[in-house]
Amino acid sequence: MATVAETVRLPAPHERTSAKILRALGKTPIQILLAVIAVLWLVPTIGLFVTSIVPQSATSTAGWWKIFAHPSLATFSNYSALFHNAGLTGALKTTAYIAVGNTLLVVVVGALAGYAFAWLEFPGRDWLFIGVVALLVVPLQMALIPTFRLYNILGIGGTVLSVILFHAAFGLPFAIFLLRNFFVGIPKDILESARIDGASEIRIFLRLILPLGLPAIASLAIFQFLWTWNDLIVSLTFGVTPITVWIFSQMREFSSSVDVVSTASFLSLVVPLAVFFAFQRYFVQGLLAGSVK
Amino acid sequence: MTDASITAEPPLRAAPPGPAPGRGPSRYRAGALFLLPAFVLLGVWLLYPTVYTIVRSFFGPSGYLGGWVGIDNYKTLFTTSSLVTAIKNSAIWVAVVPAFVTAIGLIFAVLIERIRWSVAFKTIIFLPMAISAFATGVTWRIMYQQDPSQGAINALGRTVSDAVTAPGVLPSAVPSTGLLQSQGGGLILKTPLHPGGVALLGLTGIAPADLPTGSKQAVKPATKPGDIVGTVWRDFKPGGGKPGVVEQGELGIPGVTVELHDASGNVVQSTKTDGPGTFDFTRVPAGTYQAGIGAATFAKPFGGYSWLGPSLITPSLLIAYIWIWAGFSMVVIAAGLAAMPRDVLEAARTDGASEWQVFRRVTVPLLAPVLSVVFITMIINVLKVFDIVLALAPESAQANSSTIALAMWRTAFSGSFDFGTGSAIAVFLFLLVIPVLALNIRRFRREA
Repeated sequence: MATVAETVRLPAPHERTSAKILRALGKTPIQILLAVIAVLWLVPTIGLFVTSIVPQSATSTAGWWKIFAHPSLATFSNYSALFHNAGLTGALKTTAYIAVGNTLLVVVVGALAGYAFAWLEFPGRDWLFIGVVALLVVPLQMALIPTFRLYNILGIGGTVLSVILFHAAFGLPFAIFLLRNFFVGIPKDILESARIDGASEIRIFLRLILPLGLPAIASLAIFQFLWTWNDLIVSLTFGVTPITVWIFSQMREFSSSVDVVSTASFLSLVVPLAVFFAFQRYFVQGLLAGSVK
Repeated sequence: MTDASITAEPPLRAAPPGPAPGRGPSRYRAGALFLLPAFVLLGVWLLYPTVYTIVRSFFGPSGYLGGWVGIDNYKTLFTTSSLVTAIKNSAIWVAVVPAFVTAIGLIFAVLIERIRWSVAFKTIIFLPMAISAFATGVTWRIMYQQDPSQGAINALGRTVSDAVTAPGVLPSAVPSTGLLQSQGGGLILKTPLHPGGVALLGLTGIAPADLPTGSKQAVKPATKPGDIVGTVWRDFKPGGGKPGVVEQGELGIPGVTVELHDASGNVVQSTKTDGPGTFDFTRVPAGTYQAGIGAATFAKPFGGYSWLGPSLITPSLLIAYIWIWAGFSMVVIAAGLAAMPRDVLEAARTDGASEWQVFRRVTVPLLAPVLSVVFITMIINVLKVFDIVLALAPESAQANSSTIALAMWRTAFSGSFDFGTGSAIAVFLFLLVIPVLALNIRRFRREA
């Protein structure tokens, strides 16, 4: 069956040149349509970038696209000004601490639990796992008020740790779901022979599961990283200032602070974009695992 | 094939049946230890808060519990106008976004199968997924600026509008004397004219920079028998000048459409002024006429739609949000397409089905499970919409653009700190996603 489908899809080896041209022409309208869509899709991001590299005086009188007629207007002074702004550099650091800390925590805790659900035996395992899956859809709004109160009592509100722990809890159901489903696909013989050889569970976890589960762990890590890097509501609620909250605090007068806001916004998306481009494959895999499975 | 059958073994029964001899209790302990960190986090930050919030929603605004109020908080939720607005907006989001995102993703996924650069296209459409909803809000706020010289979307609108109806040469001009009066968007000179007469149409309120190019010193044309002649000019010079009189230093206005009306008000001739502002209606039959300037001359240029204003803010937000999520939908649906049995499609084509029939009768039905996953995922996402509204909507439009998730945060954490009503809103939100939760569990159990 598969071979039939493949031979049909492949172009005939000795297709005449005229036929090829005709076929290409038939696709031209779609090519053009998709090219236009692709350009339109890029425009907002380009607009943000261009706004961030022209001085405020220029954007207040003319649109950002005028820069293509006057390339000399481009300046990185907005960026250098921001890098000397202690508020912004502090916010970037906070963002990095939250994103990295949360990613590590979720990966470690999620992998431990995912392994337990996949390969360890204990009573009620399947019901517990279904319970965890059920938690996937709990909106984080359900936890904001109690956690806010709890942090006030414990006196840890406003700390990076408070935000990391909250994010970790809400990242865990997806993490456990994703990793457990990947771990059960690891061939049973490998684990069984390791157990017969007398390896402890923690040793199996470290030496077998983690290396074999790396693709899923990478997907998960990227998701967690992007999710926490881009978060606004959690940090805003618990009084922590990562980059999103910092920009939000600058937005009261949008038109007069558009240089600061656009520059900081573009800065905030440089890291996610880099991560996205570097690990696109894992990102898409995680997405598919999370939605299709 | 043997490898595949091992990985495809039913997941929940993957572990060996019964504990290995002599290892049972220690295996239970290992399970507990591996699960402990996760259960602590889930318990303290997810389970306990969920229970607390449900209980809390039946109590007053402040304090640990703050006095039993029954279902008053829920009544507040459906009677306070700002909260009702938020619920209505969320309903609009749910009604519009999942359908659009799924449809656009499906169209893209089908079309990219026909191009060679599908990877590049996918990357471009998918890119916004990596950007925070907050930065997206900022990005689109720049796009939506109302002034067409600043907002790209309104600039496009102006280009289109200028191409359809050219803006007037003198949008801001006003008559220099009371003799010239407005009529039907244009101006008309009250003084009756006869063939051989002269019409002087003086205008002011024109900045020198706004004068059309080719403008020269205005002249009062010599009369011609049988013709009605005249001048349209900028009736103002440094120092003022005398209204209604063509003077040295005053400039003619070229390119203005002048119209000659007969006694019953019909336009009988129409012409354009030249560099010195003069015009000439030739061979006018005997009678009484009036001269005037056509409405098109004063047509205002396209001023831009108020995308960020109270009435358009929600559609603006929807567009920006669809821009983010179309890539997600496309990628998931494209994966579904790739996994589809090709021979079915080919069989349909061989049987003479058109591409549209193949799409409608084969592709879409086969993709139905994937499409519903995208649709359901989008419903959940849309109910949680929060940051993009804070970033995109200006202060003046915030009240009109609120959503349930945002209203919950505002009620509990901004201003009033009403934890009772805030909890009720959160529970309401939770109730809305519970059907989805049930669906998730059912699907999972079926797979297991």
